[in-house]
Amino acid sequence: MVRFENVGLRYGMGPEVLKDINFSIAPRSFQYLTGPSGAGKTTLMRLVLMALKPTRGLVNLFGQDVSRLDADTLTAFRRRMGVVFQDFRLLDHLTVYENVALPLRVLGKEETSYRAEVVELLRWVGLGERMHAVPPVLSGGEKQRAAIARALIGRPELLLADEPTGNVDPGLGRRLLRLFMELQSLGTAVVIATHDLTLMELYDAPRLVLADGHLHVDA
Amino acid sequence: MHEPDGHEHEHEERALPSNLRRDQPLVPVDSVAGRALMAVIAILTFLAALSAGAAVLAARASEQWRGAVANEMTIQIRPDSRRDTQSDVARAVAMAQAVDGIEAVRAVPKAESDKLLEPWLGTGLDLVELPVPRLIVLKLKSNASPDLASFGAALRRELPTAILDDHRLWVRRLSTMASTIILSGTVVVLLVLTAAALAVAFATRGAMAGSRDSVEVLHLVGANDAFIAREFQSRFVRLGLRGGAIGGLAAIVVIALLGWLASSLSAAPEAEQLQALFGAFEIGWSGYAAVILVATVVAAIAGLVSRFTVRHYLRILA
Ligand SMILES: Nc1ncnc2c1ncn2[C@@H]1O[C@H](COP(=O)(O)OP(=O)(O)O)[C@@H](O)[C@H]1O
Ligand SMILES: [Mg+2]
Repeated sequence: MVRFENVGLRYGMGPEVLKDINFSIAPRSFQYLTGPSGAGKTTLMRLVLMALKPTRGLVNLFGQDVSRLDADTLTAFRRRMGVVFQDFRLLDHLTVYENVALPLRVLGKEETSYRAEVVELLRWVGLGERMHAVPPVLSGGEKQRAAIARALIGRPELLLADEPTGNVDPGLGRRLLRLFMELQSLGTAVVIATHDLTLMELYDAPRLVLADGHLHVDA
Repeated sequence: MHEPDGHEHEHEERALPSNLRRDQPLVPVDSVAGRALMAVIAILTFLAALSAGAAVLAARASEQWRGAVANEMTIQIRPDSRRDTQSDVARAVAMAQAVDGIEAVRAVPKAESDKLLEPWLGTGLDLVELPVPRLIVLKLKSNASPDLASFGAALRRELPTAILDDHRLWVRRLSTMASTIILSGTVVVLLVLTAAALAVAFATRGAMAGSRDSVEVLHLVGANDAFIAREFQSRFVRLGLRGGAIGGLAAIVVIALLGWLASSLSAAPEAEQLQALFGAFEIGWSGYAAVILVATVVAAIAGLVSRFTVRHYLRILA
């Protein structure tokens, strides 16, 4: 469902952050994206999300060349993906409930039509008591879980999670990892960007390793 | 992935806090900037509505003058003890009837013109002794332009006591004044609408620049441009509606107050002069409709301009 061919990216006039990237993500697969801090993991995810355009090479999403997408298709593709940002990017003036419901709300759905679903998911990630709080008063781990819930609520075909266990204690980290595995077993392709070796040892899966701007697959 | 437990779920539904905020605007509401913009819109609407009201007032008043006196002139015959006023009147009537373009000539009977003076002089006074001028009303044919200058000159030559009073000159002057008021009222309304549009455009730009991050998040969770534009627009339409309503209402109150003042003063003779100029200071339904229209247009402009600005900004971001 995602295919990169000889993709290169530079920010402005800077050096090439990613060089000759070739890889693909199969439906229902599970893989880690790893590499040291600053290696370009977040940049690669932004390319998949079409938040960045590659400076060269070909990005193919759901069978289509993204450089030729019209705005409607781009929106439709984003609705098939869920994303957990490294810095969460929750909207600070909205409650946890509203933040998590956002992907459904932007579809134009009635609030009553998804209320039960959102509440159920919030309880499940342990935020049942915090749904009316706003992000600025949440702990790092609570924000993390809210961000994950927001990525899951639309039942995406592809989940991209950027350092999703970076702010939580190891116990919760394991629970979240189990959540992602369960998600994969229900049919979602999962990519977890992390530099946490202990996490990757908990569950063995193919690793896309970024180093010096190049990517190799460590199966 | 979600625990399928219907029973539990029912319980959860009930447990949903009733004070949970569920549908807040997605665009962060900067209440200070919002209130400032609303105040600007209210003030602009107030000014525009007053101008529109003044224009309607002037239009109605000038219509009244035109209807009443545009086609009339009068000849005054001043009494002169050395002359026979009665025969002077008869002579003037005969001369007027001979002029091409004058449709009807009517000498106002003395009793009638005396009655006109009653409000000033009171009843019971014997006006026979007073040198009250006699009036002859001339009705002009509606499309003719009789040679009034030479008629006036001939009249003066023959009857030194006669004066030809051309209302039309006055009406023309008053009409010019009214047109000036209408024109400047319209210009002020247009200027104010432009100012409102600019204010909303800048405010929208500011709001969007301040919400750049939110806009990107909305895009990435699957919102399309139309959805985001609607979110911004609905906020500015609401601000515009509220500002427009406040400004329009204030204008209506001020106009109604002035009308009330004018009518409560109308017992005094000065007020009649005012009324002669401005009608009864009544802008009527059409005036209030103009005020409401202006307020509505301001709100519509707020919506349109913010929509356009948001779309433009989103295209730049894309
Ligand atoms: N917006 C940006 N502008 C310029 N350089 C950037 C930007 N974002 C990231 N970079 C640079 O690109 C490189 C890769 O960053 P990033 O993708 O965030 O790495 P990672 O997520 O693996 O830590 C870093 O050197 C970083 O400084
Ligand atoms: Mg990163």
